[in-house]
Amino acid sequence: MISESSNDSLHPITAQLVGAASSIGGSITVICPGGIGSNDAAHISGVSKVISVEGDCFDTYDCIAWSKSLSPLIEGDLILSSSSAMGRDLISSIAATKRLPVVQDVTGLSKELLATRPIYSGKAVEEVRISSPCAISLRANSFEAAEEGGNAEIRIVNVSQDISVAVKQALAKAGERLDVSEAEIIISGGRGMGDPSNFSHLYEVADLLGAAVGASRAAVDTWDEIPHSMQVGQTGKTVTPNLYIAVGISGAIQHLAGMRSSKYILAINKDPEAPIFGVADYGIVATWEEAIPVLIERIAEIRSN
Amino acid sequence: MGVAVLLKQVPDTTAKISVSGGRVNEGSITKWTMSPYDEYALENAIKLKETGYGDVVAISCGPARASKCLTEAAAVGADKLIHVVTETDTLDSIQTQGLLSAAVKESGCDVVMCGKQAADTNSGSTGPGVASALGYSCVGAVTEVSIEGGVFSATRLGPSGLEEVEVRAPCVFTFDKGDTELRRPNVRGIMMAKKKPIESLTTEDLGVDTSNSMISVESHSSPPDKPAGQKFVGPESVPDVVNMLRNDANVI
Repeated sequence: MISESSNDSLHPITAQLVGAASSIGGSITVICPGGIGSNDAAHISGVSKVISVEGDCFDTYDCIAWSKSLSPLIEGDLILSSSSAMGRDLISSIAATKRLPVVQDVTGLSKELLATRPIYSGKAVEEVRISSPCAISLRANSFEAAEEGGNAEIRIVNVSQDISVAVKQALAKAGERLDVSEAEIIISGGRGMGDPSNFSHLYEVADLLGAAVGASRAAVDTWDEIPHSMQVGQTGKTVTPNLYIAVGISGAIQHLAGMRSSKYILAINKDPEAPIFGVADYGIVATWEEAIPVLIERIAEIRSN
Repeated sequence: MGVAVLLKQVPDTTAKISVSGGRVNEGSITKWTMSPYDEYALENAIKLKETGYGDVVAISCGPARASKCLTEAAAVGADKLIHVVTETDTLDSIQTQGLLSAAVKESGCDVVMCGKQAADTNSGSTGPGVASALGYSCVGAVTEVSIEGGVFSATRLGPSGLEEVEVRAPCVFTFDKGDTELRRPNVRGIMMAKKKPIESLTTEDLGVDTSNSMISVESHSSPPDKPAGQKFVGPESVPDVVNMLRNDANVI
């Protein structure tokens, strides 16, 4: 399996990939591109071996160069990665290099390689039978993470590979803030927020909860200040957090497709007929101006106890 | 030189999807469109053509209905249209990429543009897969591309943030939604597009065996219905709801 990293350390989804692999059985090798997080990966329970792949080509992201470096080191019947943007990109080119089929964004996987995945952005669910060898990317928060407690051997492999995609300049650093696709709690705003500056109130809630802030397509299309990277929905990101808080979002089918599989949904909207209430576990009919201050106050109380 | 743009026809994002007999009922989908990210690929392909970089060849793989998105592409400026006709919906990624890369070879294009993922499966395997199959370079999640002195400069959202990268042909670019305004066809464009011939290629023409898919669809189903939620009125209910999120749902 290909490990996932963020900000130069191992991303928690790696333990979820190990958890999924353990339930299928067989020996598990974790490949760490650029060597990032190899020590932490070795400590995940169930991992038999870690291959720390190091080389200059891992300084910047070039999926073809990475794939050429990693593919020869990958053996086994099943290649797993995270279904993050980079995870999908990389496993696609690894699979194509090894001439294996790839199935993306899987949320359930059985021993018999029956894979479940949402299609049409969650408007339907597909069950596919996959013949091994194959490559599969797994959606975050869909599989039980393996515990710590492993002590796998780490093999360091140095590779040298020409890159063909050169970074000329960094235009903006990856957000300091958590991305919606990684967060366990998301609070999203829609056009009902009235003005992009009002998203500051959502950030206040997010800071208390360790949540990411998202937005509806309507908000992203209306306001330049709200970037597309925040968009949850069919033409944005599909998310499955433990808690999704929708504020001032009416619930267009486009948006519902991207968030309806969240474990719990709280909707705050002044329109009692808003479709978002149809998928919400908890609905509060109120304006955000009334509800958010109370929400902040109550969460702060809980957090201080 | 030349730009191949790979277009997939998908149900409109507002379409309701229904399931009957364990399969998505395609017949009930009333509106099919070009996958939204592919529209950005098409727009950027036409922009590149306007700098003098050869013709735009639009390629779509799919059943008979898929030819519609090729005609739509012609209406905004695609020069040549190739329809790879497949009637099976269970191609695996190697077969799809095999067909598309064979069609790209046929077109002679050294630049390939497509959406970062299609709006039906949301997979995102095609761009990097086609690049690997053809031995091209690949830049993903791109919002803008320009060319100067034979070197492409692309803005992409990479793992470390928004970056400007340089790459040379042959190359595949996969597109994210950016600030680029999509052009709309004018009446003349639509009329001309209707007359534009579409070259149909079969899997045999392209020499790709599509008989043994490594993937088979067992079933489709509707997402599980959620039990009806609880609804409260007024901001005074907020503390109670927060308590439920903490004590019943255990999520905060």
